[in-house]
Amino acid sequence: MRWFYLVIILLLPGLAAAAYEAIPLAENPQVEARLKALAVELRCLVCQNQTLADSNAPLAEDLRREVREMIVKDMSDKEIIDFLVTRYGDFVLYRPPLKTSTTLLWVGPFLLLIGGSTALVFALRRRQKKLIEVSLSEAEHNRVAQMLSEGANRP
Amino acid sequence: MNRFLIPLGIFVVVVVFLGIGLTLNPRELPSPLVGKPAPEFSLPQLHDQQKVLSTNDLKGQVWLLNFWASWCGGCKTEHPVLIQLAQSGVVPIYGMDYKDRREEALAWLKEWGNPYPIVAVDESGRAGINYGVYGVPETYVIDKAGVIRYKQIGPLREDILQTKILPLIRELQNQ
Repeated sequence: MRWFYLVIILLLPGLAAAAYEAIPLAENPQVEARLKALAVELRCLVCQNQTLADSNAPLAEDLRREVREMIVKDMSDKEIIDFLVTRYGDFVLYRPPLKTSTTLLWVGPFLLLIGGSTALVFALRRRQKKLIEVSLSEAEHNRVAQMLSEGANRP
Repeated sequence: MNRFLIPLGIFVVVVVFLGIGLTLNPRELPSPLVGKPAPEFSLPQLHDQQKVLSTNDLKGQVWLLNFWASWCGGCKTEHPVLIQLAQSGVVPIYGMDYKDRREEALAWLKEWGNPYPIVAVDESGRAGINYGVYGVPETYVIDKAGVIRYKQIGPLREDILQTKILPLIRELQNQ
């Protein structure tokens, strides 16, 4: 009997999940597929680190509806993105275009990389110059060997 | 000495950049619509559903368009500033009731006062999208030719009004 209850309890969440499965937002799966492909490239302006696809903000819902309507009207991806950029600016794009105001954004990481590697090369060279070959006398050599063997024998 | 100066210099530069980054408000995005013609709309009025408020009716004057809603907390914050501006009679403020319930919007205006000569209703949020609204309140300054000249994101404050908006309005009215 206990097993029976256990099985019921384990099954309950599954039943609940099945009951609340999300209803498809549009009848046409092709439209939904294009909407999804576009929405992951677009930023939700309310929760700024979420895509339009992830966000549940009312504005994101409205924008998804708007994009869906444009897809149904057979507008190209570029036209749809232009529609949003003219209203919200490049900020809606997760991949901002390369232009004068975004140069630093695109080139900055490479500048930092070049700067860092140049500094590293200089630092290594300088350190190499500081290294001086020191020759050991026979007595010093024996002493080093003795110290090393003592160290090795230590418990 | 040099050994410490270089890391210190880099540290100071990083601190300055982080400082600037932290004090900027990430919600204040530059609007691409400033300098462009205000998107047209023709929407039912809040107080009289039979009548329509259209951008064509407003041409030839400098006006403000204020997106607000009864559910919006920031709208309550800026409300006294709007009331004061409306009473001064310097510029008409047209309201856009954004994604709101009619009865609640009417009750809100009744309770707190109505600074708008006319309020239009944007139930679907479509006018909001055309204006690039992503959070209410937002306020637009629109000139005589119907061009957006300024966008205020978030509540209007007395100091912004005095230093930015009122001088701009005077300049636009004299054009």
